[in-house]
Amino acid sequence: MSGKRDAAERIHDFLEVDTGLSENNAVLEASRCMECVRPKCIEGCPVNINIPGFIAEVVKKNYAEAAKILKADNMLPAICGRVCPQETQCQGRCVLGKKERPVRIGALERFVADWEREQGIVTPEVGKPTGKRVAVVGSGPAGLTAAAELARYGHSVTLFESLHAPGGVLTYGIPSFRLPKDIVREEIDQVLKLGVDLKLNHIVGRSVPVDELLAYDAVFLGMGAGLPSFMNIEGEGLNGVYSANEFLTRVNLMHADKFPDYDTPVIKGKKVVVVGGGNVAMDASRVARRMGAEVKLVYRRRMEDLPARLDEIKNAVEEGVEFMCCANPTKILGEVAVSGIECVKMDMGKLDESGRPVPVPMSGPDATFMLDADVVIEAIGQSPNPLLLSLMPDLERGRHGTVFVNAAGMTSILHVFAGGDIATGAATVIEAMGTAKKAAAAMNEYLTKISE
Amino acid sequence: MVYEIEKATQIADNIHEFWINAPQVAGHGKAGQFLIIRLDDSGERIPLTISAVRGDSVRIVFMAVGKTTKQLAAMKAGDCIKDVAGPLGNPSDTSKIGNCVLIGGGVGIACLPILAKALKAAGNHVTGIIGARNEKLLLLSDELEKECDELVICTDDGSRGYHGFPADILKKRIETDRIDAVWIIGPAIMMKITSMATLSTGIKTIVNLNPIMVDGTGMCGSCRVTVDGKMKFACVDGPEFDAHLVDWNELMNRQRIYPAMEKESAELYAADPHRQDGINGHADGHADGHGHVCTCGLSKANSGNIGKNGNNGNNGKTGNGVEN
Repeated sequence: MSGKRDAAERIHDFLEVDTGLSENNAVLEASRCMECVRPKCIEGCPVNINIPGFIAEVVKKNYAEAAKILKADNMLPAICGRVCPQETQCQGRCVLGKKERPVRIGALERFVADWEREQGIVTPEVGKPTGKRVAVVGSGPAGLTAAAELARYGHSVTLFESLHAPGGVLTYGIPSFRLPKDIVREEIDQVLKLGVDLKLNHIVGRSVPVDELLAYDAVFLGMGAGLPSFMNIEGEGLNGVYSANEFLTRVNLMHADKFPDYDTPVIKGKKVVVVGGGNVAMDASRVARRMGAEVKLVYRRRMEDLPARLDEIKNAVEEGVEFMCCANPTKILGEVAVSGIECVKMDMGKLDESGRPVPVPMSGPDATFMLDADVVIEAIGQSPNPLLLSLMPDLERGRHGTVFVNAAGMTSILHVFAGGDIATGAATVIEAMGTAKKAAAAMNEYLTKISE
Repeated sequence: MVYEIEKATQIADNIHEFWINAPQVAGHGKAGQFLIIRLDDSGERIPLTISAVRGDSVRIVFMAVGKTTKQLAAMKAGDCIKDVAGPLGNPSDTSKIGNCVLIGGGVGIACLPILAKALKAAGNHVTGIIGARNEKLLLLSDELEKECDELVICTDDGSRGYHGFPADILKKRIETDRIDAVWIIGPAIMMKITSMATLSTGIKTIVNLNPIMVDGTGMCGSCRVTVDGKMKFACVDGPEFDAHLVDWNELMNRQRIYPAMEKESAELYAADPHRQDGINGHADGHADGHGHVCTCGLSKANSGNIGKNGNNGNNGKTGNGVEN
């Protein structure tokens, strides 16, 4: 089995928690695959990787071929193998899961990708140049996938990124103990080697005006859902209150944990309260733990309702994050800086459409409680950043500020396509990649049609 | 891609005027907007207001009071900055408004010429009122005089022009002139106090806020300010807002989140400007995606004559707030 570093040890650093499969274990695990005639696992994968195909090559220890099969459908396998929620995707459909436990597809994908990176990466071939110019906005998982697919079709791709480093949430959001940054960089470099022209520090809508963007033969919008939500309660303006985006960006992108070697500061709280129950809340809690804080996580529903991945919840518990469920903040306390947080206990009401109980604040003198805190991190969700969309009034909008797209990823503007969180609202890395891949295929079809 | 410093001039004690080659910023930058720079791989991102654009170059004027601004001040023409992103924020409304009064304080004065020029081009009558501690800190006043129909100069010590504050002049003008809009750019405390002059007059009064920023693109909320009781992100909803609706105490409080760390960082830099060289070696070929080999070298030469802190309202590591 793949190894996991002990919590007592890993809590002191940002090195990867999961150490991956050894070669022997990978081959053993791969040999469990039944090689189904009609494999359900492929359907469960948002980018439809030929899973039995690559696993069969692992059994034969033919790792180079396995890598080639993986990369035919997914240029970011080392990333996906690590951060995909396989339990609800490929592995959730594996027939072995009905009787025993499913094949550990994610761990095998990671093993193959890591093997190839150590051996030296083979860049896949790209199609004959089509002469078509394509703009991709945003270099997160959606933009990288669209850029890679479009480059392989032979189009000339310009990838615009507003930050100083590519990767979107892979770089600024997911901490290195889940996703090491050198692996992210190497995997992104593979995409760039396909001939993609990356333009950093370019804010589309500002550095690249909308008319300049629309002058490309086709456009893919993959700006994600990076606008943090706040709770709109008293005290959010106090020093020490962070959005999870800000806290994680300071640490993951700007290395504030290594201040003063790096210049960006961040408050190293002694008592940190994280609000929320998704993967971002787990990441923020675990980062704060590694920076030496005592961490309490406040979530308004029950433990079993936490939307985060089960593995990450387990990791957070092992690392000493204290979960305070069925509670919701009502006020952040303090004069200049945060000194505490006031919460109300929540009653679980009727189940909503998603099957989760509707939390209802309790009343009475025992319903509220206070927690000491010097840092409060809000991880209660993100929505699409309106900056560029506000400059494109012709673009039809979906719910919650997203861009409306059809099943193929086409927007209301003929040559503009979109995918990832900007189209779906905040979702997972692999779902972003799945929608981007579909959109890239539709873009290729469109570009082929207009050249005929 | 790196961004070359084309011209680096010290224009007053501790204050520097830099022209940087950044075509994507210069080509589209307008009055009211800012850019974000990161000097090197260990650097922080700091916002700086766009002071002028010309061809592929953009001008910034900054006071060297914190680690990053001191490090920048020590750089020379021909040196390169790792990252320059922008333009960011909304441009000023420079349509035809009528009689416009532009007030600048401290380094904020350097933000006025580009605004005055745009307002005049739209047919406005532009009056500039600038204030500084002394004559030597009246930045770019010759240039501003050319762009304004009228320029009133104030100094705290009376070394040139009116002995007192721009707010005094503004109060007198409100009584005698018809004023349609007022812009105030400077340290937060100066913007707060000066904007009180127009509070009961109904005159549109715009300020360019300078909270702490990280990305500058609306993804973190570090720069959140309360305007008219609502949370706004200065980097995307501003940086210009109606002065009379800003929660000034919150803004000034939030500008002082990291005083101890800013001091520590500045002191370590002063003691040894080269201490981060290991991190900032040229091995970071991944950062710009193409294994770019930098040939220009980021100069770490210490200017050696860093003066005292300025009065621009941003403390320590200045650069975290927009340099007004």
